[in-house]
Amino acid sequence: MDRQLMATQEAIEEIWDIAKGFGLDPFPIHFEIVPATQMYEIGAYGIPGRFSHWTNGKAYHQLKTRYDYGLSKIYELVINTDPCYAFLMESNSLLQNKLVIAHVIAHCDFFKNNAYFGSTNRQMVETASVSADRIRQYEFMHGKLEVEKFLDAVLSIQWHVHGNDFIKRKIEDDKKDKKAPETPYDDLFNLGVKEGPEEQKKVTKKIPPEPESDLLLFFAENAPNLEDWQRDIIDVVRAEALYFVPQMRTKIVNEGWASFWHARILRELSLTDEEAVEFAKLHSGVLSPSKMDLNPYFVGMKMLEDIENRWNEPTEEERKKFGRSGNQGRAKIFDVRSVEDDASFIRNFLTKKLVEELDLYIYKREGDELLVMEKDWEKIRKVMIEMVARRVPSIEIVDADFRGASWLYLEHRFEDDGVELDMTYAMRTMEMIYLIWGRNVNLKAVVNGVPTLTWYDGKKFEQKRL
Amino acid sequence: MAAQFSISKDDYSLHRKGPADQARHKEKVKEAIRDNLPGIVSQESIITSDGKKIVKVPIRSLNLPYFRFGNNQGRGVGQGQGDSNVGDKIGNVPAPGGNGKEAGDTPGIDYYEAELTIDEIAEMVFADLSLPGLKPKQAQEIVSEVVRYKDISKKGIMSNLDKRRTLLQGFKRTALQGRGALSVIKQEDLRFRTWSEEVRPESNAVVIAMRDISGSMGEFEKYISRSFYYWMVKFLRTKYNQVQIVFITHHTEAKEVDENAFFNLGESGGTKVSSAYKLALEIVHDRFPPACWNIYPFHFSDGDNWGEDNSRALGYVQELLAFSNLFGYGEIQESRLTDSTASAFISGSSKLGSVYQDHFRREIEEGTFVPVAIGRGEDVYPALRRYFFRKEGAING
Repeated sequence: MDRQLMATQEAIEEIWDIAKGFGLDPFPIHFEIVPATQMYEIGAYGIPGRFSHWTNGKAYHQLKTRYDYGLSKIYELVINTDPCYAFLMESNSLLQNKLVIAHVIAHCDFFKNNAYFGSTNRQMVETASVSADRIRQYEFMHGKLEVEKFLDAVLSIQWHVHGNDFIKRKIEDDKKDKKAPETPYDDLFNLGVKEGPEEQKKVTKKIPPEPESDLLLFFAENAPNLEDWQRDIIDVVRAEALYFVPQMRTKIVNEGWASFWHARILRELSLTDEEAVEFAKLHSGVLSPSKMDLNPYFVGMKMLEDIENRWNEPTEEERKKFGRSGNQGRAKIFDVRSVEDDASFIRNFLTKKLVEELDLYIYKREGDELLVMEKDWEKIRKVMIEMVARRVPSIEIVDADFRGASWLYLEHRFEDDGVELDMTYAMRTMEMIYLIWGRNVNLKAVVNGVPTLTWYDGKKFEQKRL
Repeated sequence: MAAQFSISKDDYSLHRKGPADQARHKEKVKEAIRDNLPGIVSQESIITSDGKKIVKVPIRSLNLPYFRFGNNQGRGVGQGQGDSNVGDKIGNVPAPGGNGKEAGDTPGIDYYEAELTIDEIAEMVFADLSLPGLKPKQAQEIVSEVVRYKDISKKGIMSNLDKRRTLLQGFKRTALQGRGALSVIKQEDLRFRTWSEEVRPESNAVVIAMRDISGSMGEFEKYISRSFYYWMVKFLRTKYNQVQIVFITHHTEAKEVDENAFFNLGESGGTKVSSAYKLALEIVHDRFPPACWNIYPFHFSDGDNWGEDNSRALGYVQELLAFSNLFGYGEIQESRLTDSTASAFISGSSKLGSVYQDHFRREIEEGTFVPVAIGRGEDVYPALRRYFFRKEGAING
């Protein structure tokens, strides 16, 4: 075994025990030491072995270029499966990898215990690579360009999937209109009896019965002219999107959790002076605040530390009003990691004091400059929640048989989002949807304050005010 | 307790997925550039530079479209150093790609700046262009050299090693020695591919480039004709080893000039296009007998000719057409009606293009006289294609 491998294994053993001692409960983890290019490839694709697509090639190129120029570096890469896969960069120092190991153990604890990952496919690496094989076959059968064209279309709406795992969908059961069987042998007794005519008179149901926001699911099931391989591609992209959505919606709380723990765990390790300095540098690099962005590592960690403190030493008021007895900090943050996503995390736990301490603000573009325009903590909290909760505009399929011609009628829920769509992008996206649906695509959206219907017939766009 | 973690380190040197998809993205960038060639070809920075220069070409960023919000771009939450106040400036709007002229003005479109050398652009522009209707001519054939690997030798450089032949040689040797398996390849087995230069005879061709430098040629007209000839000359030099190019400038008098003067001479005086055609005829008779040469006259002008000169010009064009493979005429006038067909010339007008169009109907139909109207920089590229893009057999003979 080579020296790097041995030293790393020892480090993992030590860190693993400390993490367990703190009560962390991760999936088993397979660590893999990889060269930088491989690290960037996995980072670009999100899942090792995922299907080929030029957008991933572009991401790979960007990540790698930034690394080659020394602009940025991926430290941690962990795949949410059971067991988890964690990748350690070959060129990292041992201390860097110790920090990464502690960090990813906390991520794996989060993946295992946070409610939003309840329905995550934990065999995603295998699933994705089997899917990639099928897509490669489709390329052989139907041509690379044909498959790419369709993948482009599907990927352009990949985030329009049903992210909410807690609501069971009503399954429309066609059979429920039928009479309940009177005996177990009804089917035998009724052999040769034709189904009654009232069955056929059944009023044609509206499609979809309720406005549908899972565009991919709807298209896979209802798009009129797709071939099987195309429906399969939609399913593949949808399954992978559903895998990523919980990670996207828990970015702050999850990175906060991992940063909180890597700091705690590394304090327990016996580091040399040099290592201690290196760690301090690294840690503060990861947690440096950003003027134009929120650093999820920093904000998330600060919030968790704040929660721990407030539950350890509640004020008189909190003791009386909420019955907090004190010294419950650790238990409380384990609770938080089990039940919160970013939106609820911020809504429930971001305090005035913390907003001021972190010096958060809302900035806005004025001409060519970016100016601080708001320091009011409640407004900041509101904008932050909006930012994490509304990454994807709320688009719904209202009617799939518009004008009785199987035209698609989409609607942007302006009342939910409060922000208009970028119509240039929206129209290009409609062209993509046309490739999937194959018939006219209509979109109702508020454009410059006026409800407007835009439609595309495969060749040109038209627009009218409603 | 079962092991909760494991660790490994594998060999990834053969892994190529990322680079393969990256190559596909690069290919798509090239496609996008190809789609933008008309705009790129007429950029001023190109014709004033040598071939090695890198030009930045803004192309639409290759993003998949998606539904996204419009007018909250440029708003966000940030974090200060502990002392931020309302009204503080925290930075400037980031300009994409360094010099994003388009950045603020065109919401909804992201630009990406591709960097290309002019030779790379030229390669795309010329990909499917050729001198139309080249005919085999007698005598004094010009040659182009082609390097072909078609021979084998026992000495050579390793990169030219012919592995298959080397192995076969090795098998042969061991078989001769009566041993079965080939265990080691010896020096004497090595076989290298080696090349020879093949000379391909090509038909002689001369291109006569005529350029109007009269006073009526404005900035734009001057610029377009230079731009067109820049690409034409580059094209001829890239694709044909020994095509002759004759440069003629004219106002009321015509002069044969060298390449440098051709591109740089200023403008003055009135216009008699017949002078240029007459000089072209003389040059052809003196130096390029049509029996031996393929002849391609090109003339770029703003179409304003001295009225009485038109009939003389017509006569000379007729004479040139008698032995030319193709006569290309380009008429430039800023923001005129441009059209891919010749109908952009208004019938009955006194402009040269209209006169030619009315007079040379048959030749236009046959494709030996090609008039092109240019009104915008973007028209230069289509003009090049109209002259030099021919499907096989589109022209007789």
